[in-house]
Amino acid sequence: MSQSATMAMPAGRTMPGMGVYNLKLGMWVFLLSEVMFFTGLIGAYIILRFAHPDAYTDPGTVLNVPLTAFNTFVLICSSVTMVKAFAAIEAGDQRGLRLWLLATVALGAFFLSVQGIEYFKLASEGFVPIASLYAAEGAPLYGATFYTLTGFHGAHVTIGVLCMSFTSFKAFRGAYTQADHGGVEIMGLYWHFVDLVWIILFTIVYLI
Amino acid sequence: MQWGFPENVSTFGGEIDSIFALILYVTAAMFVIVEVALIYFLIRYRHREGAKAEYIHGHRRAEVIWTVVPFLLLALLAFRSTKTWLGLKSPDRFPRDALELRIHAKQFEWNVTYPGPDGRLDTPDDFVRRNQLHLPVDRAVRVTMTSEDVIHSFFLPQFRVKQDVVPGMETQVWFQATRTGEFVLGCAELCGLGHYHMRGSVTVHTAEDFERWQRQEAAASS
Amino acid sequence: MTTVAAVQHTAHALHHDDRSFIRKYIFSTDHKIIGIQFLFMSLLFLIIGGLLAMLIRWQLGWPGQPLPGGAALGETRMPGGVMLPEFYNSLVTMHGTLMIFFAIMPLLVGVFANYLIPLQVGAPDMAFPRLNMLSFWTAVPAGLLMVAGFFVAGGHAGAGWTSYPPLSAVPEYSGVYNGQVFWTLSIIILGFSSLMGSVNYITTVINMRAPGMTWFRLPLPTWALFITSILILLAIPILTGALILLLFDQVLGTGFYLPERGGQPLLWQHLFWFFGHPEVYILILPAFGFVSEIISNGARKPLFGYHAMVIAIASIAFLGWIVWGHHMFQSGMNPMLGATFMSTTMVIAIPTAVKVFNWLGTLWRGDIHFHAPMLYAIGFVAMFVIGGFSGVFLASTPVDIFLHDTYFVVAHIHYVLFGGSLFAIFGAITYWFPKMFGRMMNETVGKIHFALTFIFFNLTFFPMHQLGDAGMMRRIYDYTGYAHLAGLRPLNEFISVSAYLLFATQLLFAGNFLWSLLRGKKAEPNPWRANSLEWAAPSPPPHGNFAETPTVYRGPYEYSAPDADEDYLPQDRPPVQRPAPAPEPIPAGG
Ligand code: HEA
Ligand code: HEA
Ligand code: CUA
Ligand SMILES: [Cu+2]
Repeated sequence: MSQSATMAMPAGRTMPGMGVYNLKLGMWVFLLSEVMFFTGLIGAYIILRFAHPDAYTDPGTVLNVPLTAFNTFVLICSSVTMVKAFAAIEAGDQRGLRLWLLATVALGAFFLSVQGIEYFKLASEGFVPIASLYAAEGAPLYGATFYTLTGFHGAHVTIGVLCMSFTSFKAFRGAYTQADHGGVEIMGLYWHFVDLVWIILFTIVYLI
Repeated sequence: MQWGFPENVSTFGGEIDSIFALILYVTAAMFVIVEVALIYFLIRYRHREGAKAEYIHGHRRAEVIWTVVPFLLLALLAFRSTKTWLGLKSPDRFPRDALELRIHAKQFEWNVTYPGPDGRLDTPDDFVRRNQLHLPVDRAVRVTMTSEDVIHSFFLPQFRVKQDVVPGMETQVWFQATRTGEFVLGCAELCGLGHYHMRGSVTVHTAEDFERWQRQEAAASS
Repeated sequence: MTTVAAVQHTAHALHHDDRSFIRKYIFSTDHKIIGIQFLFMSLLFLIIGGLLAMLIRWQLGWPGQPLPGGAALGETRMPGGVMLPEFYNSLVTMHGTLMIFFAIMPLLVGVFANYLIPLQVGAPDMAFPRLNMLSFWTAVPAGLLMVAGFFVAGGHAGAGWTSYPPLSAVPEYSGVYNGQVFWTLSIIILGFSSLMGSVNYITTVINMRAPGMTWFRLPLPTWALFITSILILLAIPILTGALILLLFDQVLGTGFYLPERGGQPLLWQHLFWFFGHPEVYILILPAFGFVSEIISNGARKPLFGYHAMVIAIASIAFLGWIVWGHHMFQSGMNPMLGATFMSTTMVIAIPTAVKVFNWLGTLWRGDIHFHAPMLYAIGFVAMFVIGGFSGVFLASTPVDIFLHDTYFVVAHIHYVLFGGSLFAIFGAITYWFPKMFGRMMNETVGKIHFALTFIFFNLTFFPMHQLGDAGMMRRIYDYTGYAHLAGLRPLNEFISVSAYLLFATQLLFAGNFLWSLLRGKKAEPNPWRANSLEWAAPSPPPHGNFAETPTVYRGPYEYSAPDADEDYLPQDRPPVQRPAPAPEPIPAGG
């Protein structure tokens, strides 16, 4: 028995305490810190926007709301496919697991691509984070807050896609079983969290 | 060397000093209670051959007492402080007929704009003096402050006045001198290399002297 | 079941510990080694931070005088031995930064959360040992980066440990170029280290407790470290976010905090102190835990009001989130908001009072043994309250008008952080040293060190209250140009001399520490006749900690129980069979 295996408690093993295995509990705890991270950024956004209402334009004038609404829908779909993947392995369905995981990776990557295209378009219109180069409507603060909030979310999606690819790779190697699939579960927790954050960000950055 | 606070020359400074004294009494009493009990227990219950500690896990009533008593004391302090604080700082409590001055702070100087003989800012007889704050005695002065670069803090120790000056924002203070003389203006917020010498002089004149000074300076600048 | 797994595991580890030197001592996943690695690192930073303070005291005691040998620090710092203002600003900034982020915080949490939590809950290791190793090895580059900042052109960061923009963000204003960026990056990286640590500590306390270790049987250090970890987990991401925005302002040309680019300087202050006040409790709660442990042990008496103590820690941790505005009373914040923050700040003194009086209650009718750790713990109680009281002055908004940004605040900082946290750390190191290294620290030297530190500490920092009352601003390179401060030369000189004696006294501790490491008296498993589980393991415990997973039968402070033969009763000692049926051990999960 390798030492880290014992101590990290393999997935599926319940410890005394919460009745949740370590990895899952650890993921929950980690996500709490993520909640605070985004709370800080969103709080900063709200303070800045209240202090400088003129820096921001009406929804839809600079940002492309329909495109992003569609992208939001894509991300929500990826949460659904993630749930499907988890349900599949709960039922012992290896093929289902692999398919749904791949679908999730694909949807995540699609979301990122759309965001990349959006960034590119916005930047070419002068909507940039750097104050001295800002040339769009509103004021530089708008660009800076927009790219920071959506960018950090995008970074989380990127990490998610990378980890999810790894999870899929392991799924193809048959690493998860009906009894032991903690890796899929915690991947799912992270993914749903990132999705949830996006819904909040979409609302406050694009719609309000 | 002089102990305690510098001499107070503002109308409200005495009130601030008295709150300081009040807190000093409360905390000094608490300090004595804690340290005396500590030392007494250390001596009284020091280890002796064959002695055994008493097997006690706590005491409900004692917990309640030492929660409630500090609560009451602190509530008193908070109440007393709030009264003075809001009286000083609420914008609607600022004195009406105050002398208006404007200060623009920048690394590492205080630029004071005076209204000139007509007593009003933004008129042609306004003039600016660097690092010199002149004011009349017994009249409220209201200063509106802005900063050019970084955060500074307008500090008049003898007036018990301190107010940060923040770039991109206007802050205001008021005070009223109770005697004439020369006092100190300092910067209390770290603002760079020259933070330590960002100081000015404060001169409190009689009302007539101040008028005369303003006329003279306005003439000199025009 | 864990029990089985753990027993198998430890047996395995005890019998063939065939890890290579590197796996065992450098890239180790063993929580004890990681704790000790943090110990050496943070003591090193404590010394550096102390040395910086000595330089600060030179300039303040003898303003503008050349420091003998000071010219060796270079033309950009002390030409001809005379300190430049920009170097002074870096010294103050780095003294505060190193002490808070690289000395006290890792000493309290990195060292003791790592070392103690698994031992005190009866676990073989942390929940995620490899993450734990990564946490230490993330702190190292952060530290190196911070030190490297001293050597970049333009000098090290000089905007104070609180780094208020615009000064911290715009090189034209501060004259500091990459130093400020190094500072920002280093703290961001360190934050990741702290986060990894706290995820581990929280999971371990919740999930890895030995059978019978219910929540209210946890020793107070573990309770305090657990709650501190929650604070870290929630507070650090706020700082990280704020720092990232600062970094963007510094290097990317955004303007979150810069009015000339459309931003808000006060935003930083809100974010920083929303983190910063919980941070100061991060720096004291573990100390509360250690002191509770040591006082109960020294008094041979159950901790007075165990539940009240736990509730007090939790309340302080909770209230700590709603007081941040007390650092901003004079910032131009709305005065109504200021009044609100004052009230919440006053309230936080109440759970602290509960703690102080419960320590006194523990001593009352005790059988007090004055071993060296006990002396430090008593010194803590005596000194911390002074820092707490000065906090009450600062909390009063009208009084803070005068005291804000004066040496009164500096006195407050050092009474809570040195008189408080550092005294507790001295106590904790002396107390757990035998467990960590299998040797005792020298008692006599410890007692002398305590006495001298106690004296010189007060001589150094108590007069700072007077400097503040006289109106001496903090972070000021030369006060002699001010009419109202020129008379403070002699008092400052006195403080500086005391500070040098204080520093010299610390060499006793360093000497004792190093000497005892190699030559100290061999320690038994339980030299202090204490109750908690770490004393059930050998000194030092082997990889995997316990030969057999312990079962816990009672709380950790059962000293001088009437029906026990000795004056202590370890948590894992099975109850003696009496005529009445013995109580069942409470199964884990409570
Ligand atoms: C370990 C760290 C620590 C701790 C525990 C505290 C504890 C407290 N601090 Fe302090 N504080 C700092 C570290 C800490 N502080 C630092 C580092 C700064 C400076 C930051 C900077 O660089 O700007 C600072 C600054 C600071 C300020 C801002 C000052 C300014 O810049 O103008 C204020 C203002 O309210 C304050 C208040 C308090 C209060 C009310 C407590 C309370 O928690 C204290 C409560 C304890 C007691 C009161 C004693 C025990 C109680 C009794 C025995 C009961 C009876 C008491 C009464 C009835 C009065 N602190
Ligand atoms: C825990 C925190 C801590 C500690 C211990 C200290 C210790 C000291 N501090 Fe400071 N200080 C701060 C935290 C701390 N400080 C902070 C946060 C600020 C604000 C910074 C800012 O404004 O931005 C500050 C600011 C500050 C100032 C104000 C500067 C200014 O505003 O211009 C001064 C001035 O005298 C000062 C002095 C000292 C002195 C003389 C010591 C002495 O006590 C030092 C004595 C030496 C030691 C404590 C080291 C001993 C080493 C060991 C014991 C290690 C043993 C080694 C082995 C076992 C191998 N400190
Ligand atoms: Cu201006 Cu300090
Ligand atoms: Cu605070």
